[in-house]
Amino acid sequence: MSEASEIVVLSRKTSRLTALEIFEEIFENFIEFHGDRSFRDDKAIVGGIATLNGQPVTVIGNQKGHELTENIERNFGSPHPEGYRKALRLMKQAEKFHRPIITFINTSGAYCGVQAEERGQGEAIARNLMEMSQLKVPIISLIVGEGGSGGALALAMGNQVWMMEHTMYSILSPEGFSSILWKDASKADEAAEIMKLTAADLLGLDIIDQIIPETAQDRLLDNDTILKNLKEKLIGALNELTPKSSSELIEERYQRFRKY
Amino acid sequence: MKLFKKRAFIPITKSSRLEDEKDAAKVPEGMFTQCPNCKKSIYGKDLGSEKICPECGYTFRIDANKRIELTVDEGTFEEWNVDIAFKNPLDFPNYEEKISNVQSKTNLHEAVVTGKAFIEGIPTAICVMDSHFIMGSMGSVVGEKITRTLERATKEKLPIVIFTASGGARMQEGILSLMQMAKISAAVARHSKEGLLYITVLTDPTTGGVTASFAMQGDIILSEPRALVGFAGRRVIEQTIKETLPDDFQLAESVLKNGFIDKIVPRVDLKETLGLLLKLHQ
Repeated sequence: MSEASEIVVLSRKTSRLTALEIFEEIFENFIEFHGDRSFRDDKAIVGGIATLNGQPVTVIGNQKGHELTENIERNFGSPHPEGYRKALRLMKQAEKFHRPIITFINTSGAYCGVQAEERGQGEAIARNLMEMSQLKVPIISLIVGEGGSGGALALAMGNQVWMMEHTMYSILSPEGFSSILWKDASKADEAAEIMKLTAADLLGLDIIDQIIPETAQDRLLDNDTILKNLKEKLIGALNELTPKSSSELIEERYQRFRKY
Repeated sequence: MKLFKKRAFIPITKSSRLEDEKDAAKVPEGMFTQCPNCKKSIYGKDLGSEKICPECGYTFRIDANKRIELTVDEGTFEEWNVDIAFKNPLDFPNYEEKISNVQSKTNLHEAVVTGKAFIEGIPTAICVMDSHFIMGSMGSVVGEKITRTLERATKEKLPIVIFTASGGARMQEGILSLMQMAKISAAVARHSKEGLLYITVLTDPTTGGVTASFAMQGDIILSEPRALVGFAGRRVIEQTIKETLPDDFQLAESVLKNGFIDKIVPRVDLKETLGLLLKLHQ
């Protein structure tokens, strides 16, 4: 197995830390908020307010489960349009109250289903992209598992975009990629290799700004160490971003994505 | 009663058969076209310059140049952004070769033509995607051309009309194609913030990353009749839910019913409708 396809496997492991676990471990006072105020509460996306080192922030993430029942309940982290609309509602709320936003992405993609189409999956993602580009508060986005396609991007238009070491971020799953280009889903390993979807590759392509390590000297770090380091990095980044004016933040975010 | 009894079949005598291949009726190549919607054979000239099926009203896919010819005031189109360089960020095998093959086959630089034109006398920026160019897929050149057009329209205080036709993001450029969605969306937001009008015209097919970005970001979203408009591909959904989908699934008419399209406009009325909308926002 190639290095890239190993990363694909690691990024999908059900034992990975979920968004809610990260909220509880890194932040204090997390209060979960529900619903898009329009259709229903999408359990594939979670979010709410918390404090980081005493500073109120809005946190949003894709929620997967560690086992099947919870994963079914969470739709394996694949949101419907109302999930993206809930995320946007929470982001607009953060903007109103001058709270930075931190998003945690772990989805194979936006859900592909009849109702998702009927309720405007495309429109929901499109709106998030447009609105996020204009938000007046700092946004930090972190890929914590799979970052699949437009469904991931709809939460990942940050001033800074980071990835955990053992995660992937791509245009499509390697299976989908190989089935579209080579009409053969079994060539997924080969696809993973060519797609440049690992954190290291994407740092090289300037798609992400930073990698959060999950290993040291070739040994896996324990979750406490990983999260402690992540927390320090987040505090550091917020200290740097929070003093900036809203026009600076918007301009920097514009230029961040303009370069591609 | 035997008098009225019909024969079950008509015997064909040897003499009524064609003696020779030479006597067979020959149809010149391209004289007839099959309608992809109603499957009927259509005499080429009956399609007219708008390329509409006279049997079922299906609007055939047309190329960007034809679209511009049908939409803008004659002789007013001025092309922008023709010099954007090709990139192969993944070093995808044979990608450059594929692009140059398609370029010579279609006579297009990329899957979108951008510029400025007058529609019913009103100056507007315009982008026209072309599904003949690798299914109108969006890579970094397409993204850059559309972004530059939006930025220039913002600077010159012009409205913009974008005709979408795309299978989605271009796979060969991987994550860079995904980033185009973010880049274009941010440029749409800036154009919008200046109070300028953005009209999207969805044409067959508009799917994937194009639907999930600028296709759905217009102040006004128009569509051609029976255009395929959706996010996920039909096959992907059928595989996910293990069911066959109805024929009208993701047709513009259904998408309008669901609330995501303002108006479906037949091709023959499109120029007039665009002209009126532009006029109402002057």
